[in-house]
Amino acid sequence: MNRNSQLTCGQGPLDKHAIAALIARDIPRGAYVNLGIGQPTLVADHLPADSGVVLHTENGMLNMGPAAEEGQVDPDLTNAGKVPVTELPGAAYFHHADSFAMMRGGHLDICVLGAFQVSAAGDLANWHTGAPDAIPAVGGAMDLAIGAKKVFVMMTLFAKDGTPKLVPECGYPLTGLACVDRVYTDLAVFDVTAQGLTVRETFGTTVEELAGRLDLPLRRPATA
Amino acid sequence: MSARLCEHADEAVAGIEDGSTVLVGGFGMAGMPVELIDALIRQGAKDLTVVSNNAGNGDTGLAALLAKGRVRKVVCSFPRQSDSYVFDELYRSGKIELEVVPQGNLAERMRAAGAGIGAFYCPTGVGTLLAEGKETRVIDGRTYVLEYPIKGDVALIGAHRADRTGNLVYRKTARNFGPVMATAATTVIAQVREVVETGVLDPETVVTPSIFVDRVVQEADRT
Repeated sequence: MNRNSQLTCGQGPLDKHAIAALIARDIPRGAYVNLGIGQPTLVADHLPADSGVVLHTENGMLNMGPAAEEGQVDPDLTNAGKVPVTELPGAAYFHHADSFAMMRGGHLDICVLGAFQVSAAGDLANWHTGAPDAIPAVGGAMDLAIGAKKVFVMMTLFAKDGTPKLVPECGYPLTGLACVDRVYTDLAVFDVTAQGLTVRETFGTTVEELAGRLDLPLRRPATA
Repeated sequence: MSARLCEHADEAVAGIEDGSTVLVGGFGMAGMPVELIDALIRQGAKDLTVVSNNAGNGDTGLAALLAKGRVRKVVCSFPRQSDSYVFDELYRSGKIELEVVPQGNLAERMRAAGAGIGAFYCPTGVGTLLAEGKETRVIDGRTYVLEYPIKGDVALIGAHRADRTGNLVYRKTARNFGPVMATAATTVIAQVREVVETGVLDPETVVTPSIFVDRVVQEADRT
């Protein structure tokens, strides 16, 4: 079976660990990958030991290892979330301009980011709610969004108040235009294509049911 | 002229003027030149514009400088953190200006300043609030935003080791903005854990060559 051309249906909804496992499954061997702060960092836990995937952290490191355990903490060695981490064999350190050249120069294969909203055209909103009392903080999100060759989003499909996060047009301030390639959620995985959103997989729901809850046209993958 | 080795951080920050733009290294606390910032607080310069990735953590370092009311404006990528309460309070009460810059642009704008580049077209932020009002241009079918350099009057950076000539090496992710900021300010002041004799550092491993460094001070608690 060709996974790229068949709609698959599984049990759901998925929890964040199961979503992370799905993303890990889709990361090619040996890829250079940046995992965004927060839930995307869970993806690292599901990469096979022999995956050869090289994790990039924007504060200047390749081949970042797992979070430091007690006794391993080194204040000079943190990830983008300022959490103490470790280094793996093959690690390299570099300064910030080089680190962001890796993104914007198109060297980084994949980044996985969280999102407030993703639009049908692949616009991403994940840095600012736009609320009047919010303190805006963008970090590296805008550079990652437009720089990585593939941008995967990891999020729940609906916000806590039940409103969809996959939307016709983002209402929150944008992080990047037409930059998202694939959206992994608790209920389905979507590809953003020139023809619109294609449902790759569903979990505990159907395309028809999702189409009823989302204000969006959804496509099934073309059959092989 | 090679770097001047200072006995004390107070000597290293002498002469920083009111109204200066100060580039402050570090990503969170990694690479943050805390002793130089403490010395700047004692030195008293005010009305400063601080360029740094974050806007201070906890009560020390950059947060302490902000708490003293010496900073007019912060240029950074990520001010809001779990322990950025000093900045949050100043911002919410309208006592400090904020310019949010995407992290890569922050680095590249300083790199441009250090390399003598007048401005550059960058794809980051196209179509977002952070590019509003900025000139754009389509090059080979892709839209870019015109970004200008950020030049410092002073850079305060943390490094691991210096030799007496002023060459610097860093350690792990504490390198972060240090090498870029070292190129981008008129006066570059480095706080290091150890000063070694000239000739001890392997020239192949020097990250910031001495030409960029004006003053070096060894951390006091290591002397």
